[in-house]
Amino acid sequence: MAHLLKRLSWLAPLLLVPACKPVVLSPSGDIAARQADLLVQSTLLMLIIIVPVMALTVFFAWRYRATNTQASYDPDWDHSTKLELVIWAIPLLIIVSLGALTWVGTHLLDPYRPLDRIDAETPVANRQPLQVQVVALDWKWLFIYPEQGVASVNRMAVPVDRPVEFTLTSTSVMNAFYIPAMAGMIYAMPGMQTTLHGVFNQAGEYQGLASHYSGHGFSGMRFKAHALDGAGFDEWVAQAQASGETLDRARYLELEKPSENVPPMAFAQVDPQLFSRVVNMCVEEGRMCMAEMMALDAQGGMGLPGIANVAALADADAPGTARPILGLPPFQVSGICSVEELNDMLASAAPSDSAPRELAPLRGRGLDAPQGILGLNLLPNRLTQSVPPRGADQNL
Amino acid sequence: MAIPSEIPTTFLLGRLDWHAVPQDPIVWATGVVVAIGGVAMLWMLHKYRLWSYLWTEWFTSVDHKKIGIMYIVLALVMFVRGFADAIMMRLQQAMAFNGSEGYLNAHHYDQVFSAHGVIMIFFVAMPFVTGLMNFVVPLQIGARDVSFPFLNNFSFWMTVGGAVLTMMSLFVGEFAQTGWLAFPPLSGLGYSPYVGVDYYIWGLQVAGVGTTLSGINLLVTIIKMRAPGMTMMRMPIFTWTALCTNILIVASFPVLTATLVLLTLDRYVGTNFFTNDLGGNAMMYVNLIWIWGHPEVYILILPLFGVYSEVVATFTGKRLFGYTSMVYATVCITILSYLVWLHHFFTMGSGASVNSFFGITTMIISVPTGAKIFNWLFTMYRSRIRFELPMMWTVAFMLTFVIGGMTGVLLAVPPADFVLHNSLFLVAHFHNVIIGGVLFGLFAAVNYWWPKAFGFRLDAFWGKVSFWFWVVGFWTAFAPLYILGLMGVTRRVRVFDDPSLQIWFVIAAFGAALIAVGIAAMFVQFAVSIRNRDTLRDVTGDPWDGRTLEWATSSPPPAYNFAFTPVSHGLDTWWDMKRFGQTRPRAEYLPIHMPRNTGAGVIIAGLATVCGFALVWYIWWLAALSFAGVVIASIVHTFNYGRDYHIPAAEVRATEAARDRQLSAQGA
Amino acid sequence: MSTVSQTPPGDFWEVEPHHHHEGASTSIGFWVYLMSDCLMFAILFAVFGVLGTSYAAGPGPKDLFDLELVALNTAFLLLSSITYGFAMLAMVKGSRNGTLAWLAVTLVFGLSFLAVELYEFNHLIHLGAGPQRSAFLSSFFALVGTHGLHVAFGCLWLVTLMIQVGQRGLIDANRRRLSCLSMFWHFLDVIWIGVFTFVYLLGMI
Repeated sequence: MAHLLKRLSWLAPLLLVPACKPVVLSPSGDIAARQADLLVQSTLLMLIIIVPVMALTVFFAWRYRATNTQASYDPDWDHSTKLELVIWAIPLLIIVSLGALTWVGTHLLDPYRPLDRIDAETPVANRQPLQVQVVALDWKWLFIYPEQGVASVNRMAVPVDRPVEFTLTSTSVMNAFYIPAMAGMIYAMPGMQTTLHGVFNQAGEYQGLASHYSGHGFSGMRFKAHALDGAGFDEWVAQAQASGETLDRARYLELEKPSENVPPMAFAQVDPQLFSRVVNMCVEEGRMCMAEMMALDAQGGMGLPGIANVAALADADAPGTARPILGLPPFQVSGICSVEELNDMLASAAPSDSAPRELAPLRGRGLDAPQGILGLNLLPNRLTQSVPPRGADQNL
Repeated sequence: MAIPSEIPTTFLLGRLDWHAVPQDPIVWATGVVVAIGGVAMLWMLHKYRLWSYLWTEWFTSVDHKKIGIMYIVLALVMFVRGFADAIMMRLQQAMAFNGSEGYLNAHHYDQVFSAHGVIMIFFVAMPFVTGLMNFVVPLQIGARDVSFPFLNNFSFWMTVGGAVLTMMSLFVGEFAQTGWLAFPPLSGLGYSPYVGVDYYIWGLQVAGVGTTLSGINLLVTIIKMRAPGMTMMRMPIFTWTALCTNILIVASFPVLTATLVLLTLDRYVGTNFFTNDLGGNAMMYVNLIWIWGHPEVYILILPLFGVYSEVVATFTGKRLFGYTSMVYATVCITILSYLVWLHHFFTMGSGASVNSFFGITTMIISVPTGAKIFNWLFTMYRSRIRFELPMMWTVAFMLTFVIGGMTGVLLAVPPADFVLHNSLFLVAHFHNVIIGGVLFGLFAAVNYWWPKAFGFRLDAFWGKVSFWFWVVGFWTAFAPLYILGLMGVTRRVRVFDDPSLQIWFVIAAFGAALIAVGIAAMFVQFAVSIRNRDTLRDVTGDPWDGRTLEWATSSPPPAYNFAFTPVSHGLDTWWDMKRFGQTRPRAEYLPIHMPRNTGAGVIIAGLATVCGFALVWYIWWLAALSFAGVVIASIVHTFNYGRDYHIPAAEVRATEAARDRQLSAQGA
Repeated sequence: MSTVSQTPPGDFWEVEPHHHHEGASTSIGFWVYLMSDCLMFAILFAVFGVLGTSYAAGPGPKDLFDLELVALNTAFLLLSSITYGFAMLAMVKGSRNGTLAWLAVTLVFGLSFLAVELYEFNHLIHLGAGPQRSAFLSSFFALVGTHGLHVAFGCLWLVTLMIQVGQRGLIDANRRRLSCLSMFWHFLDVIWIGVFTFVYLLGMI
């Protein structure tokens, strides 16, 4: 069915125009393809009512024009219960169908949900997704590969047919990470971590972009996403390793400074805690990590001594710091954890859920069992600002 | 440009200095043109001694009709500015390919798209809609004015004040470079330290006070001032939609005010509401601003649904099909509009259950909206449709809006939104509903009620030229954006690297040029109609064979609207009057109690605008002084107890007699 | 199908002179304004609800609030509402001097409330727990400060009204104004009860 619709989608008149590459409708990754299917299905469902309405509008406008005295004229006819029933019921029925489709589709294609299939035929066979940590900087993208220990700027590569789990954050302002050919977009936000799952099914070079306006350099915040075969990916990693440069905290702070249209870069080594520190906004020395701050806040703060536990910013001219005209200069809270505690806190990454799932079409069989009242779990706040220590409240 | 951590200020001028004057040649040229135009206008006003006429007859007027017209003039002026921004964007995007940077740098381009959104929503659509409601509602309910006439004048001038601040940012300083909703942290002090966001904040706050007060005013007017016999279910449908709109205004603008206050505190005092650090939460801003922002969408569209209903019923010569279901549909939309705000950021990472909840509530709104479309459709069934301009706009709306509605429901499906969010598909969608719904409706309304406001019709030829250029131009400009959205192109991009996209942007720019012709034709239409006003004259007061009470009085209506209060016995009161041969009563005229004009609104709003300007530039002494001025002027105004007067019976008699003579001259 | 009758259902114009009810819309208009103001407070409460525990490793409510002082403040405001009620009773009786006297008492209570609040704010800022220190303090100052600003404007209005009543007596326009301010004053009382409960009492638990 989905395939049939996909083929039908080419019949849409808009797409008959040559030189048009509707990447959103014919992507190269399974998630984006399923999102496109849903898009086409919803459109067709709505056309059931849109087309007759438009046709009737034109027909009535022509038929009942004032010059056409042949047409019947009934100036006091203003009500018909049957007709009213129909005009409320038909849109309602369509919305009910669309609502069902939406509910199931939203859950199945939730960006947080680990993939259960590589493509329509291939289930995920107990395979760990490739981890890619993404940081939106002003104005470039940083990709960290924790397993491979390499990093790159404004260029990304992943193996074909291997699920990828992106964990995203930002340093300064809100942004959105979008590779149209692979999967839908998700925001990357400072001090917070979001997740996106996706997979490429065809090798190639694809456009990746920032899709949420983030300031002057926003237009140049594009990157190439390479989908490579296994050997090609290994080679790509090897190339990065050969570049020799190390991305430690000092280098990161330098990289973080605003720059536009940055050419791709590669880093052979990455501080393994770097991403965690970026999310926790404590890359600078001496600054309290968010995880630590939240743990303290959960116990009621630090009390009056906490007032004094602040320091001037290490770099007063750092981007994003300006003195409010009626307030004190910006400051930071000093960290009080020992190095060991901090390491423990930053290392405790949540294990990703990679249990194999049943391969299911858009019928909901692949969904998790419902939880909570009426089967609705309406507060799944997975936007953790950081990974809190064990036992701490997951919600902000 | 390096961001300074300390902002140098002086006591006298705050941070205002020569750097505030833009260095850009485009802005310079615009400034010169505006200055010449302004001087020319002032000279004309002086030459024809129009100052005191404008002041006494218009600026200080508390007459709802004049205030309504002034609102619409404001909207048209700002529309030209907003459209200039649109043309600049289309041109930039059509040029910036193959290594070209286009002709706008980021600093300029980012202001242009932010200003375009802000101006079109707050200073075009809002004043246009408010002006329309102001003009029409009291007439439709058979009232002599609104409940609080002074407040009405004050609200208008506050809206002007906000518009002035926004326009001023073009020549003194800069405007926000944040997009029209100014999401933090980007709009925070750290990333936007200069005056752009402050202009945005104070412009919206000053105008927002006006909008809220005018919402309260019209709401109370509709509740309390209806003609005897006009029960809720006998109100004209436009009044119904106006009622729901004003409920939405009253129940959503305070959210905007509060949100912007918090952003202001972040920027001025250094609080941590929406900052990254120290516990701030930027996602909260996104939620709050859309809790206002989504009802705002319906504030704009609902009154136009009312306009279409009036127009369809009038020009089909038929009772509106399904009045009751139309009312319930309007009320449904009003309520549902508060339950959908999260669909503007499905991609922020709320869980699937939250996303589907808001997606489905959004879709549900399409059910009452669909019912409305069907009601108009079946009003056309078995009717006699006269294709005058308002009806043409209505049919164009019905055909255009359903497409916009469909793409809107599409965007409400979260998985589809994940690939279309922030794309040009989204841009095409909301222009599809705002132009195809709001703007087309406003043009229908202008053509429909112009004869009521001025006593002569608008020229049909130039109206048709405008119509066709607008409709064709709209589709030429926005169909390419739908396609580009499906090609994965996102919004607010200044420079492109894929040359295959260029052709679409060129087509879109051509469409914008067609729209420009449509706009020009509209102004020509106004000019030609004013020149030919004697041939286009309508003395009956009812040029379209209307159905509702505004057509029962003369065009333009006298200051008191109705010499005697009309009584309603059903829907379409004027239609009933005509059907039962009820003519205007010639009983003994009585003195009519009316509110007196006052300059207090202009003065207080002017002081508030100065205060906003001073706060933008950190000129504290001026801010304190003008704020004290606002408070003192308001208090002084409350000591004025003589706010009303009586129009003598003789004057009423003379006015009505003049109308009788006109009518009999017409008859002869 | 609507029935089309041939006889007019009644008069379509009201030609008899009718009593013009001045200011009939004022109280409902003021009510609507209060509701919109209430919505603004609702947002500030919601913001406090979201940020109220983000202490940024700084002090929390238990470290900062002096409940006895706040209780005293609450008493001031509640008493001012009662005395305003007495002023309204005096107005109904037509006693101008009684009204003015009770309004003066109300003003004293209102100003005392403001004085205590300013003292509290000053104390916090001197401690270093100003609105910049944490999101909790930002939202605390915004909520309580907005309420305080409303009370301050209420006091200014009260003084204005006292002068107007003194000048013109209890004429209709002034009675209308007094009842509007009465609604405003009681509204601020209700908001304060919310602040006292959600900010101070719950914070101290």
